[in-house]
Amino acid sequence: MNIQARPTRAEVEAAAALPETFTGDRALEVEEALLFEIGRPEATGVDIEEPAPFGSRLGPHGREKALDLPGLTEPEAVRHYVRLSRKNYAIDLGIYPLGSCTMKHNPRLNEKLARLPGFADVHPLQPETTAQGALEVIEALAKALMTMTGMSAVAMSPKAGAHGELCGMMAIKAAIEARGEAERRKVVLVPDSAHGTNPATAALLGFSVRAVAAGEDGVVSVEAVKNALAPDVAAIMLTNPNTCGLFERDIVGVAEAVHEAGAYFYCDGANFNAIVGKTKPGDLGVDAMHINLHKTFSTPHGGGGPGAGPVVLSKRLAPYAPVPFLKREGANLRLVEHAEGTQSFGRMTAFHGQMGMFVRALAFILSHGADGLKQASEDAVLSANYIRACLNDVMSAPFGDRVCMHEVLFDDRWLKDTGVTTLDFAKAMIDEGFHPMTVYFPLIVHGAMLIEPTESESKASLDLFIMTLRDLVFAVQAGKKERFLPAPVYAPRRRLDETRAARQPVLRWTRPSAL
Amino acid sequence: MADVRYTKDHEYVRIEGDEGVVGISDYAQKQLGDVVFAEAPPVGKKLNVGEAAAVVESVKAASDVFAPVSGEVVAVNSNVEASPGIINEDAIGRGWLFRIKLADRSELGSLMDEAAYANYVKTLD
Amino acid sequence: MRYLPLDAEEREVMLARIGVPDIEALFADIPVDKRTAELMDMPRAMGEMAVERKVAAIAGHSRPAGSMPFFLGAGVYKRHIPASVDHLIQRSEFLTSYTPYQPEIAQGTLQVLFEFQTQVAALTGMEVANASMYDGSTACGEAMLMAHRLTKRRKAILSGGLHPQYADVAATLAHMAGDAIVRLPPDVRAAEDIAAAIDGETSCVMVQSPDFFGNPRSLEPVAAAAHAKGALLVAVFTDPVSLSALRSPGEMDADIAVGEGQGIGNALSFGGPYVGLFATRTKYVRQMPGRLAGETVDADGRRSFVLTLSTREQHIRREKATSNICTNSGLCALAFSIHLTLLGEAGLKRLAAVNHANAVQLADRLAAIPGVEIVNPHFFNEFTMRTARPAAELIEDLASRGIIGGLPASRLLPDAGLDDCVIVASTEVNDDGDRAAYARALADSLRKKRA
Repeated sequence: MNIQARPTRAEVEAAAALPETFTGDRALEVEEALLFEIGRPEATGVDIEEPAPFGSRLGPHGREKALDLPGLTEPEAVRHYVRLSRKNYAIDLGIYPLGSCTMKHNPRLNEKLARLPGFADVHPLQPETTAQGALEVIEALAKALMTMTGMSAVAMSPKAGAHGELCGMMAIKAAIEARGEAERRKVVLVPDSAHGTNPATAALLGFSVRAVAAGEDGVVSVEAVKNALAPDVAAIMLTNPNTCGLFERDIVGVAEAVHEAGAYFYCDGANFNAIVGKTKPGDLGVDAMHINLHKTFSTPHGGGGPGAGPVVLSKRLAPYAPVPFLKREGANLRLVEHAEGTQSFGRMTAFHGQMGMFVRALAFILSHGADGLKQASEDAVLSANYIRACLNDVMSAPFGDRVCMHEVLFDDRWLKDTGVTTLDFAKAMIDEGFHPMTVYFPLIVHGAMLIEPTESESKASLDLFIMTLRDLVFAVQAGKKERFLPAPVYAPRRRLDETRAARQPVLRWTRPSAL
Repeated sequence: MADVRYTKDHEYVRIEGDEGVVGISDYAQKQLGDVVFAEAPPVGKKLNVGEAAAVVESVKAASDVFAPVSGEVVAVNSNVEASPGIINEDAIGRGWLFRIKLADRSELGSLMDEAAYANYVKTLD
Repeated sequence: MRYLPLDAEEREVMLARIGVPDIEALFADIPVDKRTAELMDMPRAMGEMAVERKVAAIAGHSRPAGSMPFFLGAGVYKRHIPASVDHLIQRSEFLTSYTPYQPEIAQGTLQVLFEFQTQVAALTGMEVANASMYDGSTACGEAMLMAHRLTKRRKAILSGGLHPQYADVAATLAHMAGDAIVRLPPDVRAAEDIAAAIDGETSCVMVQSPDFFGNPRSLEPVAAAAHAKGALLVAVFTDPVSLSALRSPGEMDADIAVGEGQGIGNALSFGGPYVGLFATRTKYVRQMPGRLAGETVDADGRRSFVLTLSTREQHIRREKATSNICTNSGLCALAFSIHLTLLGEAGLKRLAAVNHANAVQLADRLAAIPGVEIVNPHFFNEFTMRTARPAAELIEDLASRGIIGGLPASRLLPDAGLDDCVIVASTEVNDDGDRAAYARALADSLRKKRA
């Protein structure tokens, strides 16, 4: 008889302090050293045979300085990066409610199609006859973007949203130069609520920035714009919907006033996700608008990039579009790569643009179709308003109780005298398993909290998010500072000393010198 | 008693004879948070009142320091460029940014004295 | 619809909770006469299978580089990328994460960037590198602006060996910003006298090595000439593997090193996305554009990484920012870093050796064909070839014979008197069969022309 008993239930004991481990790891929560601490110069995960001896043609230009680059074999490399990956939050893990970032689901079909050799393994300078498939994708996406925006032309080459802004403003500057008004028009109107890239772009091009204030209702009025307009104005840069999540109601009037004054209308398209299929920027009077493919059209954020920022252009600006652009010659597509002989203002980047992102965005657009794209915008706006309706009794909104678009903005008046700041509140959300919303942007609202759920969240996900935030609000009201001030306590790291990082910058690993 | 005057933008100028010592106020350093970088104007630079003269940065913000008075920069505080944290520790004393030779004493009339500035700061919060 | 989780019933519940009768009430701020009823000229939603069929059919209209002997570089290089690179970058936590603004839950991204910055600094021989730019050409433009800020001068001199499209990007930026630019004429034989062009108003000299035509250049004399006049040297490269075989920008006393990182870890992808590499001296770090990951500690004293020196950037400095840049090229930088880790120093040196050996073998084979001249006495993995036949025509003819023979220089430099020049590259992906096929096809093509 086998009487070797062993316990089959966890024996519950009085809670004791958690024991230390030898490794410092906690089960699946592992620490990972730097590559330079574990790699070796001779280790490699790629087997390459040394070529047979041959006469070098490098001449006197050979490298003398040691490379000092560590290597890892394949199993070690895979472990290193997999362990690192597990310290990241991601859309695939949970809601990522960053306002103005549009963190929607990244469909995997898009990844599969972008990797087809007919797109991924084509060199930008191959003879055009051998690259027609790639060119067709650019043409198809360009058509779709023009259809959605009601604009006449599109510059596909900008590499990111900010790059697209630069492109649009360069086209405007070129148009002004062509009219002989470059010396006269040196001012760009920018609302205080604008994303920092807007004034930075204007300054880069030698414009000075004149602020336009929004009204009490959070939007820019025709009056305010008319007051700021003068013969020295080259353009206005507006985001629509704006960075407070509100549709610029007066946009048509603003566009008319701007055009009457001989200036141009640049629209920052970061928030396009709210209005795809609901209205067209071209119908609203926009002259140039960049589209963030990595926001509205789901191309992955990849930890900070790459993005893609094609710019749709009105008829008036189309002639100035940068090279390259596409031209159809019968059955074939060709690239126009030189600005000479055209009115193009020049070139934004080498080669033709973010092809990898074009395939993904096109796949997204084809998958959704006209009906799906409209539904996506509606769901995005519906979800943001749902969150608004469920939180506006406990959190304060800067512009009163009004309908928002795809993102809802709260300020920190409801936190007054609680000893908890917007930052503390955000860090407590991390412990709950959420990425915080955008905080402290836009700058015009104190302690701003900008929440954008996107259309990818299920109702269950939204409800959990809302209930969690309500629980946190009640904890603030009940004075439970311990949930906020030390937060996050469960993340791979607690709050970082950013002062030290800035005062004593250490921007690379350095080999410790021998003692 | 040192004669210190303040601007609405939270710069101070401490009058010492025909020179002024300029920095940011204690209130400003609190608002800014840990200062990580400070850059004073070059010695010899001629400033107009209200002109952007120096830069003070914290982790999350960058602030222009505007000249509270007109004049020529005659000295800069190299300690603050090496250890910007001094501005947090002692904004009014060791955390001074630059010394300026006053071009027009009448400009001092439009600045606030310590009491007026203290009242002004109360209205901000 | 497969990407939209809300169903009709849930939408009703949500509308009721919001207190509006229908979805249109939420769009009431859109002027009535500007509302879109229906997106015309656009098909309705398609299932995965249908989308895949349609898009794959389009892909079939291209001839992938891997399907034929391939000898084209000119700024973008076909590399064999180890299988694990693509798998690792598709991990959810890398692919679908965002800029690491909440560092506590982004240590994966931040440590990778810190490692990447170190690798780029080591490769370029410079002191500090940023967390990547969009690509080599825009990095070049940004380097020019940085040099302007540092020297307080606004005139850049561009070598005649600089990639023509890189030069075009810099020229466009300069024109738009109201700055001066001097473009030296195309310099096939690396014979230009750049030093003579530098004066007291020059902010920087931008020189590429190996240059567009394949010539490696020792830039120490150019650096000295620039520094003597208070100007900076910006050293440019387009194949990062070349940095392991040739003297690095740091060794040549460059002030800023910029270039294209695509050649490690990233596919050809018809022009993008790529990854710009940017490195400089520590003393210039505050003027360097782009993101920077720095080391620090957390509240428990554990080593951590965080984006730092952000006050240079647009979200804080706005119109006074060093640049308007927001994104870096995160995922491409990750791919670069993983591939470089898998190579390691030893692997990278062998890779460079194979590239060079292949190019040497190819050059010798082609030079043996009557009517073919290899212009460069020295080269790494790319060289310029001149033949009797106009290069554009020759390349089309070779393509019809199933060979991608290189870039006709006239495609990027029309009207420069270079119509007989082909820029030929050879990386590790080429074998003897490829070289034999190329030589045969070229000989045939030239014979045909003579006939």
